[in-house]
Amino acid sequence: MSLNVAQIREQFPILHRQVHGKPLVYLDNAATTQKPQAVINALTDYYTQCNANVHRGAHYLSDEATRRYEAARKTVAEYINASRQEEVIWTSGTTEGINLVANGVAQRLKTGDEVLVTEMEHHANLVTWQQACKRSGATLKVVPINEDGSLNTEQFHALLSENTAFVSMPHISNALGTINPIKELTAAAKAKDALVMIDGAQGVAHGAIDVQDIGCDFYAFSGHKVFGPTGIGVLWGCYEVLKDWPIWLVGGEMIATVSYQDATWGELPNRLEAGTPNIAGAIGLAAAINWLRQYDAADILAHETALLARATQLAEQTDGLTIVGHAAKKIGVLSFILDGAHPADIGFLLDKQGIAIRTGDHCAQPLMKRLNVPGTARASFSIYNTLDEVEMLFEGIKKARLMLA
Amino acid sequence: MNLPSTDEIIDDLEFLDDWEQRYQYIIDLGKALPGLPESQHKEEYLVRGCQSNVWLISEEKDGKLLLHVDSDAVIVQGLLTLVMAAYHNKTPEQILAFDIDHYFAQLDLENHITPTRGNGLRAIVGKIQQLAKQSQA
Ligand SMILES: Cc1ncc(COP(=O)(O)O)c(C=O)c1O
Repeated sequence: MSLNVAQIREQFPILHRQVHGKPLVYLDNAATTQKPQAVINALTDYYTQCNANVHRGAHYLSDEATRRYEAARKTVAEYINASRQEEVIWTSGTTEGINLVANGVAQRLKTGDEVLVTEMEHHANLVTWQQACKRSGATLKVVPINEDGSLNTEQFHALLSENTAFVSMPHISNALGTINPIKELTAAAKAKDALVMIDGAQGVAHGAIDVQDIGCDFYAFSGHKVFGPTGIGVLWGCYEVLKDWPIWLVGGEMIATVSYQDATWGELPNRLEAGTPNIAGAIGLAAAINWLRQYDAADILAHETALLARATQLAEQTDGLTIVGHAAKKIGVLSFILDGAHPADIGFLLDKQGIAIRTGDHCAQPLMKRLNVPGTARASFSIYNTLDEVEMLFEGIKKARLMLA
Repeated sequence: MNLPSTDEIIDDLEFLDDWEQRYQYIIDLGKALPGLPESQHKEEYLVRGCQSNVWLISEEKDGKLLLHVDSDAVIVQGLLTLVMAAYHNKTPEQILAFDIDHYFAQLDLENHITPTRGNGLRAIVGKIQQLAKQSQA
């Protein structure tokens, strides 16, 4: 069965609005995805029917809110195939998840230790490790990419050593769309006794994740990139690693006992979740996952593959257009530059035609420098985009070029 | 460069009502901007925007401020030309008396000059006004 995209679009109210008097063509999905009515309803319903603080009230609503909130954790745990629910830590997003882990790693690193990241990092998975290394005296090693934007796996293996304490890499690159062979690379890193983290911000948007199959220690993602609300994210960590992970924020919820001079910490997941959590966000994210799960993963993949294939074909037929990143394995992203046109001009003239893309460095300044481009224009696709929209993108690019010529 | 006056620009844009014609006009202005040689694209002149960069060099001559600007994006170059029409070769008093927000509103381009727009235009305007204040002092 193939995906009924028209039926999917019906469920996204925002896709029916106009911008600059034109129907919206939303191709900025790598930045954030739109929300289906099911997610909007879950948020409204929570605040209309159920709002209360969790884990502490001795009343009806608090019990119900707690039940829904913990059920959301279970939904996420199942979706990513965590072996235990306590492995799912709520965060505000990918960035916080990586910071939580980097903060713990920094406390354990010593001079001579090495941390491995890649040249294709989003700043969230670079600055965190760079600063953790600076604080601890460890060395940051950066695995290069190949000219096509794929990871240089030979160099990855070459840079791994007995000194490698930690490896963090993206599942999928937000700037290039490259899918990394994370399972194979994780196995190689684990063979050297390194801990492995996957930045799953883009990975989670393009198909079900199986953290046990990947074999990593940590996997972080953001709810807003998978049709859920902003302000909620997930850090998954393997129980054995997470259970005595250095505490992060301290305060309510995460303690066991407190005296004026001392405190002891609670159990997972609470010990890493200080303060009142984003209850509505967690429930909204679970609604997003439940919404997504009704579709067949293979159908989604086939649809997204077709969108990118058509976009790539049209891009290759466009004179003076250079695709940035054409790894054999990629998804969701067409990054490009045009001769004689700054990405900002392209983005602006597309916007006027109702087409939303992103332009700039995509929070990956070192990568742009490495690729020797000032930035790119990036169209990124999701489940609700159509082949017609891909055609409209290229009509839009044609018009922009004419105006800039 | 023969800069149009602000009044000419206001007149011109008033006649262009669809967005394509308006932005074509701005793009054409941008292309006519002499800009700066690559060698002058120095860090000290740079005003970083999150989408595009802008460079500004100024000098004072006969009590007037001479401004030289450039951007890596042509639409921003065009918008800079609109700013130059207001500020280039003017006395500090003229610069400080000019209501730039009202001018951009008249051009129906006020969204370009809001602080949230990452094109560096607002920062340039602020910088020019500051230069004018300094040379008055
Ligand atoms: C690869 C990657 N990592 C990390 C992030 C950061 O995600 P967030 O801003 O939701 O924390 C993003 C978001 O753009 C991303 O694409």
